[in-house]
Amino acid sequence: MAKEIVTMHAKDMRMVTGRQRIGRVMYHTGVYLFLLVMAGIVLFPFYWMVISSLKSLAEYRLSRPTFFPKVILLSNYVDAFTTANLGRLFLNTMYVGIVSTILSLIITILTAFAFARLEFKGKETLFACLLGTMMIPGELFTITNYSTVTNLGWINTYTVLIVPFLVSVFYIYLLRQNFLQIPNELYLAAKVDGTSDFKYLWKVMVPLALPTLISITILKMMGAWNSYIWPRLVANDEAHRMITNGLRNAFTETSGDVNYPVQMAAVALVSAPLFLVFIFLRKYIMSGVSRSGIKG
Amino acid sequence: MVESKQQWKAWVYLAPAIVLLLVFTVWPIINTVRMAFLENYSGLKAAGGMVFEFGFGNFEKVVNYRRFVSCLKNTVLLCLWTVPISTFLALLIAVALNAIKPLQKVLQTIFFLPYVTNSIAIGMVFAAMFNIVGSFYGTENEIIVTAGIINNVIEFFGGKPVNWINYGSSYAANMFVMVVYIVWNALPFKILVLLGGLQSINKQYYDAAKVDSTPKRRIFTHITVPLLSPMLAYVIITGFIGGFKEYTSVVGIFGENMGPPNDAGRLNTMVGFIYDALSTNQQGRASAAALILFGIILVVTMINLQVSKKRVHY
Repeated sequence: MAKEIVTMHAKDMRMVTGRQRIGRVMYHTGVYLFLLVMAGIVLFPFYWMVISSLKSLAEYRLSRPTFFPKVILLSNYVDAFTTANLGRLFLNTMYVGIVSTILSLIITILTAFAFARLEFKGKETLFACLLGTMMIPGELFTITNYSTVTNLGWINTYTVLIVPFLVSVFYIYLLRQNFLQIPNELYLAAKVDGTSDFKYLWKVMVPLALPTLISITILKMMGAWNSYIWPRLVANDEAHRMITNGLRNAFTETSGDVNYPVQMAAVALVSAPLFLVFIFLRKYIMSGVSRSGIKG
Repeated sequence: MVESKQQWKAWVYLAPAIVLLLVFTVWPIINTVRMAFLENYSGLKAAGGMVFEFGFGNFEKVVNYRRFVSCLKNTVLLCLWTVPISTFLALLIAVALNAIKPLQKVLQTIFFLPYVTNSIAIGMVFAAMFNIVGSFYGTENEIIVTAGIINNVIEFFGGKPVNWINYGSSYAANMFVMVVYIVWNALPFKILVLLGGLQSINKQYYDAAKVDSTPKRRIFTHITVPLLSPMLAYVIITGFIGGFKEYTSVVGIFGENMGPPNDAGRLNTMVGFIYDALSTNQQGRASAAALILFGIILVVTMINLQVSKKRVHY
């Protein structure tokens, strides 16, 4: 009798685990299916961009779309490069990006160091005020800044694209947090040894905060690459035009009868550097982004 | 002596940042408020020596402006559609990603990809996908040569092609395209934050639930969502702030026309309104609109924080 109960119980258990196993397999298949479908949707625009950029205009306009180009036409890329004058735009954007990143890093490091290590009157109040400005939408600054740079005679120069955005409160905040994690004993020991503040900052703190500095560099470069509104307002001449503005200006029409293969080739060329950076420096981008929530 | 030297040194370190902040952040705050309260202020006229009276005229004009009302409506609608949809989808994807082991890293990378894009450039790709290639651009008798890929797919499943963004397209269709694009763009950040939150939830809660053989849905609603609520509040708040500043994604899809060829400006947003006023030298109106935008963002954030105070488990 007792034995019977035991075997029945075992049977029950086997049935339960069997059902559970089927349930678990179903659940996992469902999860993977969902993720793969979503990944497909997320990737589709990129796929469509690349294959469209390789098609001939006639093939692109077929009423039954082809999902892989019959003839791969690389000449679209050459056309795109010349129509949008991409070479010049690349150079402009790289110049603005590099100069503003270097200057911005120097300012951020100095400011973050002062807030993290040095003592002065009103330190906490000043820092709180800085953080407060982060709440204000950028458009509010732009209106006055536009007049300011006009009065300074900076319209259509590189300066106007670089200087107004050199100080980022968010980057200062990020780096200060990082500096604060470095033990103060290190600083005091350096003081005893007679190391100057400045030398300590460059020899000890900057190397220790390198990952944060790399994140800032990438975000700043991406910001230059993606900036659109401000450059359109203040430096939209041939010589200083940035890449996004150039792309938008060269292909003004988005609907109707457009030579999409060439347009998509241009879009792919503009997107490519971002992807390359992403592939090699994913870790830094993702850690920087999760703390900011701001593009660029 | 030593202390005063420290003081002096600190200000040297701070000097570059302070100077730039004074010119490009502090002064703009003061000046923008000033211009907003000067009747019909215009930079051009001010340079010509004109004096402006103090008053609320700019705010009145902006609010009564039909264009502004439509910009406000577009912005609010975009927020109300995109924030809930993208948050919900991101939550589902993050939970699903957290439940798997193989392929997790690869899929995570794929879902992050839309973040590292240029929103104008990829907007042009979306426009291509939704476009109907017509041979007479911008006129009523556009001849449809081929529907865009989205319409191809709709036709494949037996549906009727829709005029999404071309001449004579409906407002609802335009909005639909914008919502799809903005959600696609907003997903990566939200997934990243939510997945980070999920991975930091203590495994013990799930083990306890397993011992009690709690059903999966109950685990989701009673453990995962409450413990994730600070992260959810964060992505919702930043989502609303970003949503109210929406502009470049519309430019990406519709160009600077901000609407289909027959109805320019139909999809203009608050930020777009501010820039239009600015580029026509109406700084007073632009400032008033910017302050209104700031006020809206502030109120929405406060409401969000109030709601999350009641709902969020810290």
